[in-house]
Amino acid sequence: MGVEDKVPAGVLLSTVEGLFGYMRKASLWPATFGLACCAIEMMTTGAPRYDAARFGMEVFRASPRQADLMIVAGRVSQKMAPVLRQIYDQMPNPKWVLAMGVCASSGGMFNNYAIVQGVDHVVPVDMYLPGCPPRPEMLLDAFLKLHEDIKAGKLGSNRTALEAEQEQTALEAAPTLEMKGLLR
Amino acid sequence: MSEHQPENLPASVPGGDIAQPGTPEVVERREGMFGVRGTGDTSGFGRLRRDVEFPGASAKPYGGWFDEVAERVENLIGDDAIEKVVVDRGEITLHVKRERLVDVCRHLRDDAALRFEFFSGVSGVHYPSDEGRELHAVYHLLSITHNRRIRVEVSAPDADPHIPSVVGVYPAADWHERETWDFFGIVFDGHPALTRIQMPDDWPGHPQRKDYPLGGIDVEYKGATIPPPDTRRSYN
Repeated sequence: MGVEDKVPAGVLLSTVEGLFGYMRKASLWPATFGLACCAIEMMTTGAPRYDAARFGMEVFRASPRQADLMIVAGRVSQKMAPVLRQIYDQMPNPKWVLAMGVCASSGGMFNNYAIVQGVDHVVPVDMYLPGCPPRPEMLLDAFLKLHEDIKAGKLGSNRTALEAEQEQTALEAAPTLEMKGLLR
Repeated sequence: MSEHQPENLPASVPGGDIAQPGTPEVVERREGMFGVRGTGDTSGFGRLRRDVEFPGASAKPYGGWFDEVAERVENLIGDDAIEKVVVDRGEITLHVKRERLVDVCRHLRDDAALRFEFFSGVSGVHYPSDEGRELHAVYHLLSITHNRRIRVEVSAPDADPHIPSVVGVYPAADWHERETWDFFGIVFDGHPALTRIQMPDDWPGHPQRKDYPLGGIDVEYKGATIPPPDTRRSYN
């Protein structure tokens, strides 16, 4: 039989990936990147009523060197984009990006010369959260979905294989404009 | 004011008989909106007509405290600096020649009867069809001692967009003038550091001019793109 049957009582077996994933999602410290109105909702989420701290987002680290998650909350202007990239580059791996609100996801209502149309033009985004601004409950839902993703994250050679596979899928995928069928 | 006024009152607007603006001068007749012009499509934007007007000069007496302020300014700097005085909707605007602007501002700030010490802001306006006077700079001043507001407007042609800087008189004008340079291209002579403040430093053009495009991009959906609002309903 398997190893699990020969192990004495009181010993729990798991995978390294499982443990790492659990630890990482349980204590994901966000970096303060509140730019505009979404920042208010982000602050509200950190405040006592909606309390992000019960999900591990205990402190919003001011220094990107100590942060895991960058929540881009608000519209990113052309002038701010290099600053955003620099803060992202200063974060150590593993790091994730949550685009909060429609302005960070796609430019939002500001379709003009001054606003970057979606922060994924500048940094790779792991979770998009629509809303203008998203309610604190929606932000917490985005946190939880991101936690699920992080918990299921792969390490080592598994990760390299996964990334190669994702790259291949992305290269072969149809552009959004040419997708047919159910527009959902 | 002999009675004790409660604090935080807005600037006093003279009640009673104040002058009206003179005949408006039409600067431009705008047709259509959002890229639609002329066509009678159901959007209703195509047949919109709007006249852009400047209120005409008001005739003396202006009413309330406007008279004493206008008279004091004329006495201090002479008549030739003021192009026109407009009293419209309870607000007074002095249109001043740009060469005399710093003089006018210094008198407005320092003279005891005027004392407009608080600089609220300078912003630009672009009237592309007003040949020779395309760029306006509008200065808003507040007198805390007398609880009054006044507006000073200067204009400059597009070919020579220079206006003297009032930073020497009102240091708060520093960043406001930078913003006006950034968005309209008005060069303020004598400004200590006239650089872009809102747009990135190497941005081409001056975005808030009327002929600057909105710069939106098509929004991509599955199977369709939606163009930005100013090009959305044009059929040609």
